[in-house]
Amino acid sequence: MENFYLTIALSPLIGAIIAGFFGRVLGRSATHTITILGVLVSTVLALMVFNHHVLERGEVFNQNLYTWMQIGNLNVSVGFLVDNLTSVMLVVVSFVSLMVHIYTIGYMHDDKDYTKFFSYISLFTFSMFMLVMSNNFMQLFFGWEAVGLVSYLLIGFWHHKESAVEANLKAFLVNRVGDFGFLLGIGLVLAFSGSLDYMEVFASLDNTVNQTLWGMDLITVICLLLFVGAMGKSAQVPLHVWLPGSMEGPTPISALIHAATMVTAGIFMVSRMSPMFEMSDVALTVVMVVGAITALFMGLLGIVQNDIKKVVAYSTLSQLGYMTVALGVSAYSVAIFHLMTHAFFKALLFLGAGSVIVAMHHEQDIRKMGGLRKKMPITYWTGLIGTLALIGFPGFAGFYSKDMIIEAVHFSQLPYADWVYYAVVAGVFITAFYSFRMFFLVFHGESRVDHHTEQHLHESPASITFPLIMLAIPSAIIGYFTIEPMLFAGWLDNAISVASRHLSMAELSGEFHGAAEMISHAVQTLPFWMMVGGIVVAWVFSIYRTKWADWVQKKFSVVDYVLQSLYGFDRFNEIVFVNGVKKLGNVLWKVSDSMVIDSMIVNGSARFIGFIGSMVRPIQTGYVYHYAFFMIFSLLIILTWTLFMGDKPLLVI
Amino acid sequence: MINTPLFDTTSLMAALPEIFLLSAIVVVLLLDLFLTKPFKQVTYYLTQLSLLTTGVLAFNLIGEPETIILGNSFILDDMASVFKVFMMVAAMVAMVYSRHYLLQHSLFRGEYFVLVMLSILGMMVMVSGHSLLTLYLGLEILSLSLYTLIAIARNRAGAVEAALKYFVLGAIASGLLLYGMSMIYGISGSLNISEIAVFANSATLASREVLIINFGLVFLVIGIAFKLGAVPFHMWVPDVYQGAPTSVTMFISTVPKIAAVAMLVRLLIDGLGAMQPYWSDLFTVLAILSIVLGSIVALLQTNIKRLLAYSTISHIGFVLLGFATGVITGYGAAVFYILVYVLMSLAAFGVIILLNKKGFEADLISDYKGLSAHSPWSALMMLIIMLSMAGIPPFIGFYAKLFILQQVISSGMITVAIIVVVFAVISAYYYLQIIKSMYFEDGDEAQESIPAPIDIQLVVSINAVLILVVGLFPDFWMQLALSLF
Repeated sequence: MENFYLTIALSPLIGAIIAGFFGRVLGRSATHTITILGVLVSTVLALMVFNHHVLERGEVFNQNLYTWMQIGNLNVSVGFLVDNLTSVMLVVVSFVSLMVHIYTIGYMHDDKDYTKFFSYISLFTFSMFMLVMSNNFMQLFFGWEAVGLVSYLLIGFWHHKESAVEANLKAFLVNRVGDFGFLLGIGLVLAFSGSLDYMEVFASLDNTVNQTLWGMDLITVICLLLFVGAMGKSAQVPLHVWLPGSMEGPTPISALIHAATMVTAGIFMVSRMSPMFEMSDVALTVVMVVGAITALFMGLLGIVQNDIKKVVAYSTLSQLGYMTVALGVSAYSVAIFHLMTHAFFKALLFLGAGSVIVAMHHEQDIRKMGGLRKKMPITYWTGLIGTLALIGFPGFAGFYSKDMIIEAVHFSQLPYADWVYYAVVAGVFITAFYSFRMFFLVFHGESRVDHHTEQHLHESPASITFPLIMLAIPSAIIGYFTIEPMLFAGWLDNAISVASRHLSMAELSGEFHGAAEMISHAVQTLPFWMMVGGIVVAWVFSIYRTKWADWVQKKFSVVDYVLQSLYGFDRFNEIVFVNGVKKLGNVLWKVSDSMVIDSMIVNGSARFIGFIGSMVRPIQTGYVYHYAFFMIFSLLIILTWTLFMGDKPLLVI
Repeated sequence: MINTPLFDTTSLMAALPEIFLLSAIVVVLLLDLFLTKPFKQVTYYLTQLSLLTTGVLAFNLIGEPETIILGNSFILDDMASVFKVFMMVAAMVAMVYSRHYLLQHSLFRGEYFVLVMLSILGMMVMVSGHSLLTLYLGLEILSLSLYTLIAIARNRAGAVEAALKYFVLGAIASGLLLYGMSMIYGISGSLNISEIAVFANSATLASREVLIINFGLVFLVIGIAFKLGAVPFHMWVPDVYQGAPTSVTMFISTVPKIAAVAMLVRLLIDGLGAMQPYWSDLFTVLAILSIVLGSIVALLQTNIKRLLAYSTISHIGFVLLGFATGVITGYGAAVFYILVYVLMSLAAFGVIILLNKKGFEADLISDYKGLSAHSPWSALMMLIIMLSMAGIPPFIGFYAKLFILQQVISSGMITVAIIVVVFAVISAYYYLQIIKSMYFEDGDEAQESIPAPIDIQLVVSINAVLILVVGLFPDFWMQLALSLF
């Protein structure tokens, strides 16, 4: 199997290299054929790996392939750990990536950097594979940074747009904050265990018992630091500010990187580290609360957005919050389950949004759409499936995963779990509201499309609709088929460990009576009625009585202001961090850099050396008798030295 | 060890390279008298052929058992043979460069080549010297030839001045060396290196005897330090480097350094190894002084030959440091360093000479402004050489410094290592200065490149590329240097 794993990772890399260096020579169709083939190979192999590990219960593969460096006892290797968790991630990443590759043919058709784009997304796929297949923290960090780099490159892909450049810088800087914490966490892991290998670290976890740092348990500190990394990458409050901005990038990457895969790296990482997080209830509580805040408040922002991609972006933030909540209540497998279903339906929604954007000639304001149902039937129906999956309509993929999260919170004994329960239930209403608000505004009601665009409005080409259909299928059914094996039949058992005192999963398993049973049982549950309520309200405000929306907006202008200003995170960052750092930077530049380092240390030492040189140089007079004198004089000094010191060693340096 | 009677003709095979070279010198000297002007080039080709043959003969002697002949005064061992081979290769490369220079500046004479061969003969005697007298004899043959070589440009005031300075100071140094030898002879009663070694090692030395040996030792060290150009016996170096014709400067700065290192090994390690703690201290002081002074004063130079003179001084400091460690790996690192230094120095002067043309010496740093624009290949070669001299990986100069520093640190001289590294950083400044001139400054528009003959272009390129290639695989050469001890 080792060759399989290697091929999975390397074939997109080869594709990226070919597309990157020879794309211009090869031309467009050759480039996209090569990169798509690369990802297709990975997808097929990933399915075989999934079959081997998950369905046939194959042995976990954990092996170092290449020693990168050896420093003392620290062995830094490139190695693969492939278990069921990795297998699930491989399938999700490769499948979504393949769909996005195909979709890109249509979406980026007119872009002059067509081949570069393919190179980037293939490179991203490689990086993501390295991240999920890693068996040590160093390679994890490599993948972590590599996906961050590609994300940065792709957000700024249209670098002639100032907003895109600002957005990618913002994403880069915010992720630095997260990565800083992450790196500190890895450093602490190395400090207590002396190793970076997952299995060795997990085996030495007992060392941390009763050790404290900064007044907290050591393991709590480590988990919190690692979670800071996850907050950056998975966009949890308050490090979420970069994700809405990342929508400046082309839509395919919004689907691939900023919805389906990269942003879930934090979720994946925490699941991978479950043996560590399980040791600290404090860390788990923090994880849960941060997730709940993100789930509820980012969802609220989705209501007031009018940019089609922004709405989906805030919904992504909110769903990431749900996954984080699941992590917090020790329902790691539920988090991964939601990660998987979300990857499919959110990629579908983004690609659907992209399809609309292309048809609308890059108009993204949903107030200027409406009635697209007739013109774009495939986009409409796949969009409906995606939306139903997102809001958790019974039977659709998101229904199972979200319901399980809510139930898991319900059973959790962590402090504040009851508050979090209300937050995630309220989130269901909000999700349904903003999702259907967008859906109705785009596809139903009267057309508000301007006349010129209206005439050219038509369904997108096959390269766009094919991925939509392919993603709509799992969005609809994958939850039904996988909920039982994944959550209760132990698909992920060889990767995730849950401490016996955390009862959520055990209780869930007692409540679960089959996927079909869940649907029939749904009407008796609160979340179902919250969802229906959300749809009805959305219908009222966006179809039935559109004026009511304006009235509400005026009546609750304070709330509206708060939401419109995105709770002021951006302004706070602007004032405190941007300006503060600028001022601090100015001071450091003028005082420490310019004065101390430049003029005193650098130029000062240069001047000092030059001064000594000019002092020494006059000895070289050019007169032979000076030289001869100098020689004889030196001889006399040495002889004197010899005479007085005799045969004893003279120098002790 | 095989001791043979004084004039056993078969034993003379051990000195075959020297004997051949001496015969060749006589032939070339006489032949040159009868060559008319159109055929003067014959001398050059015969010289190259002689050097090549001598090198091959020396190469064939590698691996022969250690042999001492001629009344215990001449030794053949692997170190002698390997050094001779390197000297021949370096001399041949130097002759390729020299010819271009001599032709450009109308200095092409048969004597030049004869003198070079004579000096090489002297060096070979030094390398194989096993008695104080042969060592001194070799040194004098070398020195007298070099004085004359510098003065070969006799209508240049600078050259004559340099020759005279070198001669006067060299005579003093020779006198000091000879005086030290007489002290050693006086106390030990022998001129023979191995007998001196036995004497110095004997446990029954009175402290007065030790003092006399140490006094003699000081004089020997000064003689060697003078030849190598270590501070404070370096004063001749910048003046002679600047005054001498560039081709002679190149020759002085390369091949004789190998011979001087050989003499150091013969006298101090083979002969007075028992006094190692003492001369190690001396060397440490000389080395630090050389590195410090060489690095600092070079910063202010405007003449590239003078700059290279100071650079040589600081390189020699590194070589002495290797010997100062007093362990075999340190000696190996020092020998490795000197060979690397010769390779780099040859290449540097090669590029300088390559740029020479009639009436243009290319010896000012300002002459290199904008070099990359009109001769990009030469500029690239110079870039490699300068980076290597500054000790930047992956060039060979880095490994040479690294090996020395490793030995210095492992013998516990941490302070010394720190000083040396700091000054190595400072010295990087002036190497980079040249690179900056070549690549980032605009030169005279008037300057245009005249294509140099293909042979020198090719050899310079190979020479410079070797700096990179050997730098990628330094292990073999390091092992070779280590195997000599």
